[in-house]
Amino acid sequence: MSLHLSARVDERDVEIDLDVADGQTVAILGPNGSGKSTVLSVVAGILRPGRGRAVLDDTTLFDLPDRSWTAPHERGTGLLAQDPLLFPHLSVLDNVAFGPRSSGTSRTASRRIARTWLDEVDAGQLADRKPSALSGGQAQRVAIARALAAEPRLLLLDEPMAALDITVVPAMRQVLRRVLADRTAVIVTHDVLDALLLADHVVVMEHGRVVEQGPTKDVLARPRSSFGAGIAGLNLARGTIEERAVRTPGGLVVAGLHGDEDVPEGVAAVAVFSPGAVSVHRERPTGSPRNVWATTVRELEPRGSQVRIQTGALSADVTAPVVAELDLVPGTEIFLAIKASEVAIYAA
Amino acid sequence: MRRLVGAVSAILLVATLAACGSSDSTDSGAASADRTTITVFAAASLKDSFTEIGRRFEAANDGVTVTFNFAGSSDLVAQLQQGAPADVFASADTATMNKATADDLVDGTPADFATNTLEIATPPDDPGAIDALDDLADPDAQVVVCAAAVPCGAAAAGVEDKSGVDISPVSEEQSVTDVLNKIVAGEADAGLVYVTDVKAAGAAVRGVTIPEADNVVTTYPIAALAGSDHADVAAAFTDFVTGDEGRAVLAAAGFGAP
Amino acid sequence: MSTARYSGVPRWVHLPAAAGALFIVLPLVALATRVEWGEFWSLITSDSSRAALLLSLRTSSMATLLCVVLGVPMALVLARTSFRGQSLLRSLVLLPLVLPPVVGGIALLYTFGRKGLLGETIDVLGLQIAFSTTAVVIAQTFVSLPFLVVSLEGTLRTAGQRYEIVASTLGAPPTTVLRRITLPLVLPGLAAGAVLSFARALGEFGATITFAGSLEGVTRTLPLEIYLQRESNPDAAVALSLVLVVVAVLVIGLVRGTGSRAG
Repeated sequence: MSLHLSARVDERDVEIDLDVADGQTVAILGPNGSGKSTVLSVVAGILRPGRGRAVLDDTTLFDLPDRSWTAPHERGTGLLAQDPLLFPHLSVLDNVAFGPRSSGTSRTASRRIARTWLDEVDAGQLADRKPSALSGGQAQRVAIARALAAEPRLLLLDEPMAALDITVVPAMRQVLRRVLADRTAVIVTHDVLDALLLADHVVVMEHGRVVEQGPTKDVLARPRSSFGAGIAGLNLARGTIEERAVRTPGGLVVAGLHGDEDVPEGVAAVAVFSPGAVSVHRERPTGSPRNVWATTVRELEPRGSQVRIQTGALSADVTAPVVAELDLVPGTEIFLAIKASEVAIYAA
Repeated sequence: MRRLVGAVSAILLVATLAACGSSDSTDSGAASADRTTITVFAAASLKDSFTEIGRRFEAANDGVTVTFNFAGSSDLVAQLQQGAPADVFASADTATMNKATADDLVDGTPADFATNTLEIATPPDDPGAIDALDDLADPDAQVVVCAAAVPCGAAAAGVEDKSGVDISPVSEEQSVTDVLNKIVAGEADAGLVYVTDVKAAGAAVRGVTIPEADNVVTTYPIAALAGSDHADVAAAFTDFVTGDEGRAVLAAAGFGAP
Repeated sequence: MSTARYSGVPRWVHLPAAAGALFIVLPLVALATRVEWGEFWSLITSDSSRAALLLSLRTSSMATLLCVVLGVPMALVLARTSFRGQSLLRSLVLLPLVLPPVVGGIALLYTFGRKGLLGETIDVLGLQIAFSTTAVVIAQTFVSLPFLVVSLEGTLRTAGQRYEIVASTLGAPPTTVLRRITLPLVLPGLAAGAVLSFARALGEFGATITFAGSLEGVTRTLPLEIYLQRESNPDAAVALSLVLVVVAVLVIGLVRGTGSRAG
């Protein structure tokens, strides 16, 4: 089942062009309000876009304006959200059996199918419980089983782990990894590990538009969007090439290593580097680093054993003793330095 | 939201003040030396004639206002028994007046001032083909009468007994006015109402006379009430009704002499 | 001592609340004290009383059923769809709530009566509506329908459509969603609305007497019987009034009971 989608939703200012190949899982990453959930709603049929077209294999899901529109229950798209939304008045077993029952399968056969899927997600022993008696993680497993039991041609997952206890997430990710293996799926998430472990392809959205897409490893290793860089934990400076360095509109100049081919002068490019490679000084440093910037501390963010120093455009990771030694507080004027060899430059 | 609450409160306040204001003016009206108001409870069938009598009484007595409460007689007695304030009571039959007397609501002795007999009323186009009392026994006819507890209902039962005609009504109403309304609206084929009602309804209703032998005569008594604050005016009113002028109005409406 | 939540309600509020409660309870107490207990049983089991009570129960049940059959679709359309003129339609539907029942009765008369809007059609079909028990049911349905619609529309709006959306993505067509998801989930609200309608239908007077007339066993429901009896036999009227109050209290208690169990 391959999906082709191109649509425009004016009320939410979302415009999207998306292709998912058969058996592929695509992750949509992006900050809140970037339009990720809107995309899923449009594919599932919950939202009707003003303009656009989507085709799932050989079925036209919609062709608007005015050409065709398939109702949600006829699309074969399964939806899983962060709220499991198990039907409170049905048992776990009847919840999972709901999909097969709705397509005409007998009650006994549906229940048999339901048990198979509950076992598949390691929730077999929950069959006779009521949804109110389940924990968050258990409920989400049942929700996955319910979505799969309906034999969807395309699976849509909207931040499925966002509401779960952090200790339960890894196990859930394993379950999803297993069931998504040969399925065509789109997963919306803001957790980079979801993308890394579950998706073949990544699409990054910002302000209702796709700003970046490609194979997962590529996008995360060499992000071209701020959000992509942000979740990859990297610094990103965007501008044009001037004397082999990237000059941002704000006047920041970042020198670094070009890839296999040099990016030509005047071309739009990005410079990417890790915060861990940035050193922090109270006085302008001398020595080998080609990149030295004067800036002010904006915020200090503890990250495990390290502290991330945010200065607006750039961030640097240092250990706590360094923070104490340099007496860093928001407002302190500092110098950041990084070797050009630690910066990667490539065309935007 | 605040503005809405404020507006609603203002409206409620104004309405309350207006209500208080109007009731004050009525009280002062009754109590002031300038105007006296008496309340007359009268049977529904007396509506048109008593309204006219009231006008004439007011014209003849400067400074007096007469207000009426017209309803089924048994309804009125129930109200009086519960303490409704009134000065005069005119009932559509003696039995109902006796109830008032038995409860010591009446001042002195009631006086008979008119009589009435029943007549069959049908809609002008006579959908039920009712031409005589016997036709009312037709099971297909939609006949409406007063409930037995009301004077006109007692009279109707009397007519049934005297004539031997058995009526199966489709509804038993609370007052003769309700019966008349159902006929005027075209809902019923026929009904038993007073002769005076048929006369008052004019072209809206078609009347079929009931032979004297089968008909029941009801006597209308009137009495001043014991609880009246204006015993003299009340007595004057009852005298007016039983006097020449009252009788003339009643006769013109079709009532018989007492 | 068991733990309890701090309610935060100002103390003085209890005073007007108690006054309000007294305002409702005192008349009921006054009624109960007026009853001639010695004759109570014979009064309420007399032929006319029994006929009136049975007629009331029959017609009110029928009316409630009609309210459910008509009201559920109306509530669904008002709560879940949107179209031009919807708020106007909602206002019209709620009209019987604020209309004096007698006015309602007159309107029904001019619709279903012999000379009414549908009068000729009804005649042609050989139906007899005026002065019949059917008229009573129509009058009661007219005044109680809004209760069910308002109550259920509120419940539907609060419940939202999340479960329905999930059900349709699982492949369930709209009718299946309605049958297996929507209705079971709003059943408590529906039951509460139905009981309100039943109580309203039971107490209906003005529209009934204007539209249906008053005849023992056919159209004289309990309120009409009470109205008739209050002149000739006040003791019977009081006794029957108490019966009506008891039935109403039972019905309301039933609903509150199921409501709190399900809620």
